[in-house]
Amino acid sequence: MIEAIATLLIYQLIGETLTFGFGLPIPGPVIGMALLLVTLALSPALLAKIKPTGTTLLSHLSLLFVPAGVGVMVHFARLSEEGFAIVAAVVGSTLLAIVATAATAAFLIRRTDASRAARADARD
Amino acid sequence: MHPVVDTWVYLSASPLLWLTLTLVAYLLAFMLYRRSGLNPLVNPVAISVCMLLAILLGTHTSYHTYFDGAQFVHFLLGPATVALAIPLYEQWGKLKAHWVALVVALLVGLTVASGSAVLIAHTLGASPRTLASLVPKSITTPVAMSISEKLGGIPSLTAVCVVITGIVGSALARFVLNGMRIPSHAVRGFALGLSSHGQGVARAFQVSEEMGAFAGLAMGLSALVSALLLPYFGRWLLALLT
Repeated sequence: MIEAIATLLIYQLIGETLTFGFGLPIPGPVIGMALLLVTLALSPALLAKIKPTGTTLLSHLSLLFVPAGVGVMVHFARLSEEGFAIVAAVVGSTLLAIVATAATAAFLIRRTDASRAARADARD
Repeated sequence: MHPVVDTWVYLSASPLLWLTLTLVAYLLAFMLYRRSGLNPLVNPVAISVCMLLAILLGTHTSYHTYFDGAQFVHFLLGPATVALAIPLYEQWGKLKAHWVALVVALLVGLTVASGSAVLIAHTLGASPRTLASLVPKSITTPVAMSISEKLGGIPSLTAVCVVITGIVGSALARFVLNGMRIPSHAVRGFALGLSSHGQGVARAFQVSEEMGAFAGLAMGLSALVSALLLPYFGRWLLALLT
């Protein structure tokens, strides 16, 4: 577990260092994620060492949003003025994003699967 | 002073109390969620945030004091983002097979998520700072807060919008996707992760491993692509409206 936590922190630290050092627009943890992905592709043995802890962390990802969510108490003033606009925007855009993403992905995947199947048929 | 009051004064100012209460509130909320048969409407984040708000407002505790303790949980968002490399790596094969479809869906989804949020809020008369804070609302917290700052938004308001987005998306995605008759766990997961970031990923992992991996993929990719492109798209969109 300690090994896994240290690995995740080291990659985050490298990411933060690169972001800060080169003034990159990408946040440190995202660079850390990309670097870890490359490392896993190069040496798959690392996976077994970090998987149990990584999976535990990811399966309780929602807990990590609680402190930021409680931050709503700092914005009560703004929310009483613009609360309706904010909530309507958040709810509306989230539903639209689900529909747009799912419709596009489902349509394109069906099309590529169909054209692959057609090519396979043509070979028969 | 009364010893009980003394103890309260001491504990309420220490990080220990608020860290413990954050975990206990989440465990209680998660127990309710499990009791409900993982009903997406019984959202554990919404329930635990409400419990903590009641305690903090009831005891006149400031967010600052609370966050001194809760920051240890908040901090884990960074390592958790790094850990997303694990499901990404494991689903790489499936990702490669459908990468064109997924990248196009990603770009369409991100544009709709940010664009519609800003347009709806603008139509309802939101201020420019609020509009800027809404641009990155569908991306995971650390990335969203830094984009918000770049666009002249309020990072902590963005964090709140991100959390509400996650609650709404993970609570309602099932009904929307069932209405659209989309059975594929890959597509459902991808839509959840894109629209509702980490909370969508958490929800997706509770349904199936495949759905979770695709949600993680969508969240990771959207964080990466948004960090690169969203500041420009956001600036263009805000300039257009204000």
